[in-house]
Amino acid sequence: MTPIRKKRLMLVGLMVGAVGIAAALALTAFNDNLMYFYSPAEISAGEAPSGHPIRVGGLVVEHSVNRQDDGLTVAFDLTDNNKTIKVNYTGILPDLFREGQGIVALGSLNDKNVFVASEVLAKHDENYMPPEVADALKTAHNDGIAQQAARSLAQ
Amino acid sequence: MNIFMRFYHRLASPRHFYQIAGQWIPWLGAISLILLAWGLYEGLLVAPTDYQQGESYRIIFIHVPAAWMSMFIYLIMAIAGAINLVWRMKMAEVVLVSSAPIGAVFAFLALVTGSLWGKPMWGTWWVWDARLTSELFLLFLYLGIIALHGAIEDKRTAGRAVSILALVGVINLPIIHFSVEWWNTLHQGSTVSVMGGSKMDSRMLRPLLIMSFAFKFYYGMILFMRARNEVLDRERNTSWVRQIAEGKAS
Repeated sequence: MTPIRKKRLMLVGLMVGAVGIAAALALTAFNDNLMYFYSPAEISAGEAPSGHPIRVGGLVVEHSVNRQDDGLTVAFDLTDNNKTIKVNYTGILPDLFREGQGIVALGSLNDKNVFVASEVLAKHDENYMPPEVADALKTAHNDGIAQQAARSLAQ
Repeated sequence: MNIFMRFYHRLASPRHFYQIAGQWIPWLGAISLILLAWGLYEGLLVAPTDYQQGESYRIIFIHVPAAWMSMFIYLIMAIAGAINLVWRMKMAEVVLVSSAPIGAVFAFLALVTGSLWGKPMWGTWWVWDARLTSELFLLFLYLGIIALHGAIEDKRTAGRAVSILALVGVINLPIIHFSVEWWNTLHQGSTVSVMGGSKMDSRMLRPLLIMSFAFKFYYGMILFMRARNEVLDRERNTSWVRQIAEGKAS
């Protein structure tokens, strides 16, 4: 490689490196703003800003969904397997909304520490499989739990 | 000089590139078409229904390959930009400017199919989470490269300017890829990974990979067609182009 090309190659490398560092610094500085939602634990710890609507993301707790008579208002618990908060929402839920499903709600905490949501979005995971495989996995999971329980009882 | 270096040097010459690309285009097109038909058949008819999303997930067979292509083409452009800046290679410039509109189309396709998928599944057409926003930024980068190239009269100056822009923008690629890991996003994490195995049934994964190869060959075909036109335009004052124009050669 000729010296002039070597110099140009170094300049190109330097430019990409500098832009990379600049981008890394900018993204780190705006890290909080880049988070799409807070977890229930972060909200309980008071890390989420108050005064304007925020998003909270988590799993809908099993057997916690309670529908009102008007058919539109729904109350449920949202958890990150650490902290749980109560959510109230009036409106149309996405098709994927169900107990155990990940969701993201937009709204704010009222004075009773209930999160009043104005929008609920469903978040699905990155796993794709046919229903029979999902059933088999669930059965195997439950069997595993049963076996573990049996073992711990036997001890 | 070994056979690979000779092939490389032949491709680097506009005249030889024009001839070689012309021979390859029908083959690339035929392979792309066969893979596309095969992938769509497997994806729409053979692949099983998803346990969570039912039939709606099948848009993945367009959405994910298109998103991959939008990043793959940008990487090609950035590499071509680096080669052009260091070695001042004319063909690298041609590859860069010819790829930009194709990449823009794939980025647009990824955004539109994602939006169509997001409405029934998430409940919204669009959210400003890190993944969606960085992919939109990629589309703007493509449009910026196309606009910048069009705005500068002199082709060599324009080529150098877009090379720099393409290289600066390459920093967006890792951001798009890791956005779902670094930040909370509504978009789910990566399903397919080269290292860690895929979180997808093999009957669904196969059409996805077939489609992604179909898109790669399609890109190759369109790139060669566009690059041939670009070469003719740039070399219009040379004798070999004049011979083609007068119908004496092909």
